[in-house]
Amino acid sequence: MAKTLYEKIWNAHIVEQKDDGTCLIFIDRHLTHEVTSPQAFESLRMAGRKVRRPDLTLAVPDHNLPTTPRVDADGHRLPIEDAQSAAQLAALEKNVADFGIPYFDATAPEQGIVHVVGPEQGFSLPGATIVCGDSHTAAHGGLGALAFGIGSSETEHVLATQTLMLRQSKSMEVRVEGDLGPGVTAKDLILHIIGTIGTAGGTGHVIEYRGKVFEEMSIEARLTVCNMSIEAGARAGLIAPDETTFAYIKGRPMAPKGADWEAAVVYWRTLKTDDGAVFDKSVVIDASEIEPTVTWGTSPEDTVAIGGVVPHPESFADRSKQEAARASLEYMGLEPGQKIDSIEVQNIFIGSCTNSRIEDLRAAAEVLKGRKVHPNIKWGIIVPGSGLVKMQAEAEGLDKIFTEAGLEWREPGCSACLGMNPDKVPPGERSASTSNRNFVGRQGPGARTHLVSPAMAAAAAVTGRLADVRELVDEPA
Amino acid sequence: MEALSKVEGRAIPFGRKNIDTDVIIPGHWLKTITREGLGAGAFEALRKDPENIFDSEAFSGSPILIAGDNFGCGSSREHAAWALLDLGIRAVIAPSFSDIFSGNAFKNGILTVAVPQDVIDRLMEVAQTDPISIDLETQTVTTPFQDRFTFELDEFRRHCLLNGLDEVGLTLMRDEQIAGYESKMANDRPWMAHGNGIAA
Repeated sequence: MAKTLYEKIWNAHIVEQKDDGTCLIFIDRHLTHEVTSPQAFESLRMAGRKVRRPDLTLAVPDHNLPTTPRVDADGHRLPIEDAQSAAQLAALEKNVADFGIPYFDATAPEQGIVHVVGPEQGFSLPGATIVCGDSHTAAHGGLGALAFGIGSSETEHVLATQTLMLRQSKSMEVRVEGDLGPGVTAKDLILHIIGTIGTAGGTGHVIEYRGKVFEEMSIEARLTVCNMSIEAGARAGLIAPDETTFAYIKGRPMAPKGADWEAAVVYWRTLKTDDGAVFDKSVVIDASEIEPTVTWGTSPEDTVAIGGVVPHPESFADRSKQEAARASLEYMGLEPGQKIDSIEVQNIFIGSCTNSRIEDLRAAAEVLKGRKVHPNIKWGIIVPGSGLVKMQAEAEGLDKIFTEAGLEWREPGCSACLGMNPDKVPPGERSASTSNRNFVGRQGPGARTHLVSPAMAAAAAVTGRLADVRELVDEPA
Repeated sequence: MEALSKVEGRAIPFGRKNIDTDVIIPGHWLKTITREGLGAGAFEALRKDPENIFDSEAFSGSPILIAGDNFGCGSSREHAAWALLDLGIRAVIAPSFSDIFSGNAFKNGILTVAVPQDVIDRLMEVAQTDPISIDLETQTVTTPFQDRFTFELDEFRRHCLLNGLDEVGLTLMRDEQIAGYESKMANDRPWMAHGNGIAA
């Protein structure tokens, strides 16, 4: 019978199935970080349990590490000021040592955001089941892996058994037809998709993104798309692996080598949805309609084209959405009918697991090159996704473009995406942010977040407002 | 995990849709290495309002929370479940839940009860003045006014909740099956079985 890509990966990982349909699923790769793992390790310790497969887990701190320099001029590690953050990092270091788990420490060049590190190291592979105690694990689906976020109890379950008890999700196809216009990026596309299907549009489903647009995308762009699947409610997003995927993975430190590589590629070529396979749900999106897209409210589904206006709450059919929109507008300090490109911003954040890869930094640099940050901007930071991304960017001179424009160039980490480290947006101020969530208080209490692509964040930096990047770039990529 | 068969008492008629886990417990509360004490940070932004429902005399300490569609969306943080538990909540009733949140809730012995919006509307009305009862054995929600609504739950989850079973303990008993899968994988997909290839 014809199968979807999701079904193929699922079926290949069933250890056993219970009568009620619950399956014990083998987990090929597990990423972990300092914030959601301490309780899991503590439970293992209290129950006297071991880690079944330390070789299938990789740990790296990212969430609450400050993005300021981590070593002094002599190369000595600087302490973390916040006592709780320091304790969390110390706990991770003790846990990986006690349980024998491979680890990139805070000063290693390989350190970075888990979802940047996994693909970059070749740890994340097509057809694998990949989990992490972080909902943006969905990102790894850009390589054709079944990747999803888990809680701390599930983290403990994976550490102890290398499996999870799961029920198969439904399958959903998001088919994008046609081409994206000039200056329209993967971020604009995924924001538009979330705006179309809503934050619960994919709940209970695994989304497979299909269409020429995805086939022509770089891996960085595919990771961006799949990363935000969770913002549409889907636990995972997938893009079938292809030659672009194989070329990206080949030669990476943890990628298969020699005969293993050859065998892997043969298998990976079978990882696509069969003709005639049926999805439980299907949505079709016309790529040509999509413009550079931003969010206006406090849910990732609150999207609007840069040329548009802030919507009237009454324009929504659903009464509870009307109420939510009114509350959002109050929080965001916006008026219905206001032109989106008239909204002034004070803060710029380019980074996060959604948009901190080399291609994202290049897109921002293209706009920022030879320009200066607008006087409206009080704080603007560019946070590479990993130490290796940072080195690459510096080799290309991107850091100079950023600092000459007036933005700060930081150390890798989750940074201002989530308001739990020193990088925060002040109350009542606005940010143009390449992160993934515009929730109330996400970037700090009272912070007003507008989600944008890296090029659009750069455009906001030089104009001091949300602006159409196409007006700044003569020959858009 | 503590066994759970019934949750009875006042229910907080919260009702809001799309409550994300950042609202349930903001990021800065995640810097803890334990599960305890997170109730203080639960719904922090909403509770800055002195008139908030969570700290009201009528509803403070209630074991049930009634919410709108898509409860627990966003971040995978299990701290959201721990925060609710610390607040005294043992069951959440909503039209739908995010997949990750409902899993986290279950693993902490919090019952997630999915019922249609019209049932939510009725329960919100009852909750203003009277208690609600949830029975896991019969999979029903009842009120003192003869309302009786049924709900679905995975048989495995129901069994674990009713008996207070530890899922990790259960799976560890399947060691032979897991080992069998591992050796099959080493044969079928050797490139996956080799792990990350770096020394710990």
